Amino acid sequence: MSMPFGYVSPEQVMKDRADYARKGIARGRAVLVMTYEHGILFVAENPSSALHKISEIYDRIGFAAVGKYNEFENLRQAGVRMADLRGYSYDRSDVTGRMLANTYAQILGTIFTTESKPYEVEITVAEVGDNPDGDQLYRLTYDGSVADEEGFVVMGGNAEAIAAKLQEGHNHAVGLQDGLRLAVNALSTAVANGEPRTLTAGSLEVATLDRTRPRRKFRRLPVQQLEQLLG
Amino acid sequence: MDAPSDGGALPRAFFAPGSSSFADFLAAHQPDLLPSRRLDVPAGMTGHIDAPHGTTIVAVAHQQGVVIAGDRRATMGNVIAQRDIEKVFQADEYSGVGIAGTAGIAVELVRLFQVELEHYEKIEGTTLSLEGKANRLSLLIRNNLAMAMQGLAVVPLFAGYDLDADDPAKAGRIFSYDVTGGRYEEHSFHSVGSGSVFARGALKKLYRDDFSGDDAVVACIQALYDAADDDSATGGPDLTRRIFPVVANITSDGFQRLADEEVGSITQRVVDERMTNPGGPLAPLRAPSDGSDAR
Repeated sequence: MSMPFGYVSPEQVMKDRADYARKGIARGRAVLVMTYEHGILFVAENPSSALHKISEIYDRIGFAAVGKYNEFENLRQAGVRMADLRGYSYDRSDVTGRMLANTYAQILGTIFTTESKPYEVEITVAEVGDNPDGDQLYRLTYDGSVADEEGFVVMGGNAEAIAAKLQEGHNHAVGLQDGLRLAVNALSTAVANGEPRTLTAGSLEVATLDRTRPRRKFRRLPVQQLEQLLG
Repeated sequence: MDAPSDGGALPRAFFAPGSSSFADFLAAHQPDLLPSRRLDVPAGMTGHIDAPHGTTIVAVAHQQGVVIAGDRRATMGNVIAQRDIEKVFQADEYSGVGIAGTAGIAVELVRLFQVELEHYEKIEGTTLSLEGKANRLSLLIRNNLAMAMQGLAVVPLFAGYDLDADDPAKAGRIFSYDVTGGRYEEHSFHSVGSGSVFARGALKKLYRDDFSGDDAVVACIQALYDAADDDSATGGPDLTRRIFPVVANITSDGFQRLADEEVGSITQRVVDERMTNPGGPLAPLRAPSDGSDAR
């Protein structure tokens, strides 16, 4: 049987889409999510103080993303609506990171296979527990795959080199200051054949999910505090 | 391509751009969850629904912010439906809301208001102005008008610390509402609910411009005592069961509910004083002739 003109095999279509998404994601600056002594620490290289890569979804749940801003912003807002709707119609304790990760996985999976172009995003949904064993990190990629990560997640440009650097020093019991320094040091890792980068407090977006806080655990660290911690 | 044509697991409303209101989102996506649509009252149905009613809320502004307080009684006709109901709630970090009227709907409405403020904060990455919060509450009350006409009215009192105020001594602000959503800014002090006339009368004689937070707390407790004294639907301090008014102070440090022990000891003192003088503190009969403030 002869193939119709312009036929492309499904394998090739999926591969092209994945390549397209991966290239888009790798262009951006990295975001790092890791566990620390009191919960979860988010560190992003982001010179803009208005367009966030890290945000609060619900009492115990945070969101971090890399890639195309309008696309992950779309997902973030849907997540906030979903969480608030569930918390309002059931109870605040019924909103979980797992539910959010599942829904995101389905959305991303559907977009990857049915839309004319996949989302060029990678996101992490983090949930802080009452104790370190309850901390959860879910990494979601452009095609809807979910991975339940242990310890830390690095997304975006130069992610592999940064993750390798982080791996050397990371443990669950690291304090806020040491954890932040470790993260910034890792984010400064040079790309292949490049110079190491210098990151200042002003070019960083940092937040925590701190289990010792009442009700809403998410908190952004202001520049003054970052300078103090990094100084 | 902004929003996915088919959200995969979620309907389109979840991806609608431009809206930061949770109430608007509910109206588009699941309107039956709105407090105003919870009861589907058939057209032409008349009659009275017996449901618990909350009663008196007072608020007093002071130099560092504003105090809001409420008694603990809910009534259903001549029956006390609940003696330890809470009618003063934290709305967000810098504001609180007290409610009088049909308790079930009021509590639901406050829950929606709380989510509304937090939702805006998360979507926009910034908090609403105090005026903005007061206006949102007004809209939620207006949406309840159909039920108010069935006798299920909710009348809130909103108080907050205005972070944008030029003068910190005037940052504590109070807003009252009518059932149609009309919003009125009150100065110095206000009260709502069945005992509000008596509470306001008391506050008129007690209030001073230079109140500290502690003074405002005592004034609120005195006013609630006077309300309970003359209004059967307002609960007085229950010394045997240790049930005291809910009192919250809102300052630049945020919303802080006073501990029961603290309110208990202030209340105990107020009650002790009234053992010798049941009408409470006496105001001077005439203003001093030097023209100084003696309200």
